[in-house]
Amino acid sequence: MTYLAKPRLHHPELPKNKLGYTHRDYEGAVSTLCAGCGHDSISGAIIQAFFELELPPHRVAKLSGIGCSSKTPTYFLGNSHGFNSVHGRMPSVLTGANLANRDLIYLGVSGDGDSASIGLGQFAHALRRGVNMVYIVENNGVYGLTKGQFSATADRGSKSKRGAVNNDQPIDLVLLALQLGASFVARSFSGDKAQLVPLVKAAVLHRGAAFIDVISPCVAFNNHAGSTKSYDFVREHNQAVNRLDFMPTHSRFGAQAAQGARRLQPGRSYRGNKLPAAARRCGRDRHRTVVRTARCHGFACGTQHRRHSAQRIARSRARSRRRRAGEVQRVVALSAQVLDAVTCNSSSPRTRGPRGV
Amino acid sequence: MQGGSGMSKVSPIRAVNDFVVKFANVNGSGSASANLLFAKAILRMGVPVAPRNIFPSNIQGLPTWFEVRVNEAGWRGRRGGVDLMVAMNPQTWDEDLKEIEPGGYLFYDSTKALPASKFRDDVNAIGMPLTAICNREYSDARQRQLFKNIIYVGALSTLLEIEPETIAELIGEQYKGKEALLKPNVQAMHMGRAYAENNLDWPLGVRVRRTNAVGDRIFIEGNSAAALGCVYGGATVCAWYPITPSSSMAEAFARHCKRFRTDPASSKARYASVQAEDELASIGMVIGASWNGARAFTCTSGPGISLMQEFIGLAYFAEIPAVIFDVQRGSPSTGMPTRTQQADLLSCAYASHGDTKHVLIFPQDPKEAFEFAALSFDLADRLQTPVFVMMDLDIGMQEWLCDPLAWDSRRHHDRGKVMSFQDLESGKEFGRYLDVDGDGIAYRTYPGTHPSRGSYFTRGTTKDRYAHYTEDGATYVDNMQRLLRKLETAKQYLPEPVRRKAGAPTRFGAIYFGSTAPVMDETLAALESQGIHLDTLRLRAFPFHDAVSDFISEHEQVFVVEQNRDAQMRSLLINELVIDPGKLIPVLHYDGTPITARFILREIGEKLAMFNVTPLRKVAP
Ligand SMILES: Cc1ncc(C[n+]2csc(CCOP(=O)(O)OP(=O)(O)O)c2C)c(N)n1
Ligand code: SF4
Ligand SMILES: [Mg+2]
Repeated sequence: MTYLAKPRLHHPELPKNKLGYTHRDYEGAVSTLCAGCGHDSISGAIIQAFFELELPPHRVAKLSGIGCSSKTPTYFLGNSHGFNSVHGRMPSVLTGANLANRDLIYLGVSGDGDSASIGLGQFAHALRRGVNMVYIVENNGVYGLTKGQFSATADRGSKSKRGAVNNDQPIDLVLLALQLGASFVARSFSGDKAQLVPLVKAAVLHRGAAFIDVISPCVAFNNHAGSTKSYDFVREHNQAVNRLDFMPTHSRFGAQAAQGARRLQPGRSYRGNKLPAAARRCGRDRHRTVVRTARCHGFACGTQHRRHSAQRIARSRARSRRRRAGEVQRVVALSAQVLDAVTCNSSSPRTRGPRGV
Repeated sequence: MQGGSGMSKVSPIRAVNDFVVKFANVNGSGSASANLLFAKAILRMGVPVAPRNIFPSNIQGLPTWFEVRVNEAGWRGRRGGVDLMVAMNPQTWDEDLKEIEPGGYLFYDSTKALPASKFRDDVNAIGMPLTAICNREYSDARQRQLFKNIIYVGALSTLLEIEPETIAELIGEQYKGKEALLKPNVQAMHMGRAYAENNLDWPLGVRVRRTNAVGDRIFIEGNSAAALGCVYGGATVCAWYPITPSSSMAEAFARHCKRFRTDPASSKARYASVQAEDELASIGMVIGASWNGARAFTCTSGPGISLMQEFIGLAYFAEIPAVIFDVQRGSPSTGMPTRTQQADLLSCAYASHGDTKHVLIFPQDPKEAFEFAALSFDLADRLQTPVFVMMDLDIGMQEWLCDPLAWDSRRHHDRGKVMSFQDLESGKEFGRYLDVDGDGIAYRTYPGTHPSRGSYFTRGTTKDRYAHYTEDGATYVDNMQRLLRKLETAKQYLPEPVRRKAGAPTRFGAIYFGSTAPVMDETLAALESQGIHLDTLRLRAFPFHDAVSDFISEHEQVFVVEQNRDAQMRSLLINELVIDPGKLIPVLHYDGTPITARFILREIGEKLAMFNVTPLRKVAP
């Protein structure tokens, strides 16, 4: 498949954001992925998030590794510089880019093979350095581009399209990201745009390493019965922990949590306010527990390590609305203010990036 | 002669300001700084020295040597052979003894009597009970060890007539502000002198005499000079992973930057130095930073180059500037990690999979390391491709006497072809891989430049002139041909080879490069004095200038002198310039020690004899 340009005809009535950009201005070339591929929905969510955030596309640098997922930066933010690097090594390229210029927004897109298999080392080190970026893994449990071999996130006992059973333990990138000190960690589902778009927005406004693991079914190689990453399986086993605009407020993790603990059942995941009391000790631990408990049984989506108060979010949005085009630097600063205000659930704020130029 | 001290059967070597001293020590015993003190004292007396620290891959316990060539004529390479051995390591005694020239000197610790079999009757043994003296003077074990080094430096200063005031002055500089250390060191030095004056025959036949042969030259390690070159060259990002012998370059860069690149007002760092998790990441960071408009480099050695291969191919194909310093060491694998070689030529010239070819530059000493380091960033930006600065341990980690580093303040950085916001705004056509000037080099843009023009997608897959993905064969070929054109263009920017005509017309030539050069200078002078003439060419860059093939075709036979087993430079010449292999005679030195003048002299001498070359004029020895 070669490059397909999108017709540049703009409908005069298309709604514009405050910068005067339409949704179209955030799109890229026509996708060459399989029809129905989860990755395309994630591209859609990214387009929507940036449109709504009213960020000038050219101030974003999008970087990826190799794989179907890593191809997607061609399909969104056509006016951004993009970099399709080598397999498993987007994080180092992104880190380097970050060292050269701190004023851009860095969006890293990767796959489960790219980040959990060949690139696990670079994934880990970028997070532990707290590189200022949004890091999205489009997680389908297989190597899509090389035709369906298991990746390191494939669940134990899940079956490949040809019927082979995966006997190895999966790597849970969310748990790993927490362990490594990422300051924003979330899991979502490509089929749940209502949840994914606000998550991406929050991640973009977060200063520090923001990681989102998005379950993203591969229709060509991992959408059959016996797969734990098929649309059917995910839909059946996923219950969003929360419906959020940006985040749940702190108070939602309230007094009822202890009683909620009793309701944990296999095959279901749970809302954040139904957690065992022990899990409430501290934010990061709590989150880990949500994920760990849920992972035994299914998915915990929309869970989030970093929480922002609703008022603060509203304030920062109001401020961001006042932003002029091109002033991306201030967006970063704004999110940093939000971040500083909500460090309650981790031992130290991870605002530190690599030393910049 | 018996095991103690005495004069040899052969008449003792007599030489002023022209001899080789070698210290044999145990690693971790604190000898390195005392030995360097010895070398610097001679330098302060106006006599050029060329020190070589020959150290093991070990922190404590293994043998280590420090060779000091004292040479008023200023030859900076190794001569070969040892005139005075300071044998402080019983483990290596036998092999150290063998190295001494007939008529040479052996200085040793005579605390324990040694059998006569441990000596040579053509070597003058000078025993001094160092351990006994230290045991008597000091109670602390570490002090006994450390001061022993200073005591022998003191004794040697008497034997070789090195000025004690000069040594004291250097100790004073070293321990400035640390009176507690300064005094005992000076005392130890004098203790050594007193013993030598009262108990040994002094001075020796070899000795130092104050002169003025150093001039304004400076004493500097190649890694430090190269790192300074990076600062002058405008590098702001260094990503690296520790590996001998390159680590000290990254450390020097951070040190220089701390001094020169810290914003005085805000005290903020205006640079980034990242110790990456491995070489895969360090080169990735360099590529990311360069793509985004910074001048970035990594420094590594052979094993690191191997890990970087895939990324190097990406940088070549996607045309991203990247500067890589390869401080070469003994290879393959972990090889001899603390020894020197020039054995990464092929793995760098053709690094990565597929059809690739890269720019290499070969500095000969720290001064050129400084200059080439700064130049490498211009080259990388101008050519939008990886550039390898081919150093080696000998240049990088040894201190060399060099002309002062110089920088023309009018010089500006060549950032190559970059389209600005104004260019794009004015409607200039932008195609990331569009060869508008016919030199194979296209314009690039930095991310974030313009809201609607000039963005493009960087990829390792095939693309058309506008950076769009394609799998079209003709487009691929078009692109690969342009990359060749670009390398052709590169030649005009690369340092030219240095040619030297022999004193008389000759059919023979010699090609050499890098750290072999200072040794070659001496070899040629020696050959010339024997009436043997060789035209020479010092390579300074790859791809080769046209002058290189001219040089080869002008001579019947050409020696290619290099420090590796497989004659890698010769292979490059044959392959790239389509040369009859029989024309190029390899001269190879690869035991991990720096090549010596005697070695080249012998090799070339023997080979010329096979061609029935008779010296043009005999010169009295
Ligand atoms: C060094 C290297 N090894 C192998 C490959 C082949 N390869 C291309 S994509 C891919 C797997 C991609 O899997 P994932 O990251 O999960 O992306 P997906 O296609 O599933 O979105 C592999 C193994 C490669 N490109 N480079
Ligand atoms: S192979 Fe799978 S991952 Fe790749 S495009 Fe098709 S559906 Fe998506
Ligand atoms: Mg995958």
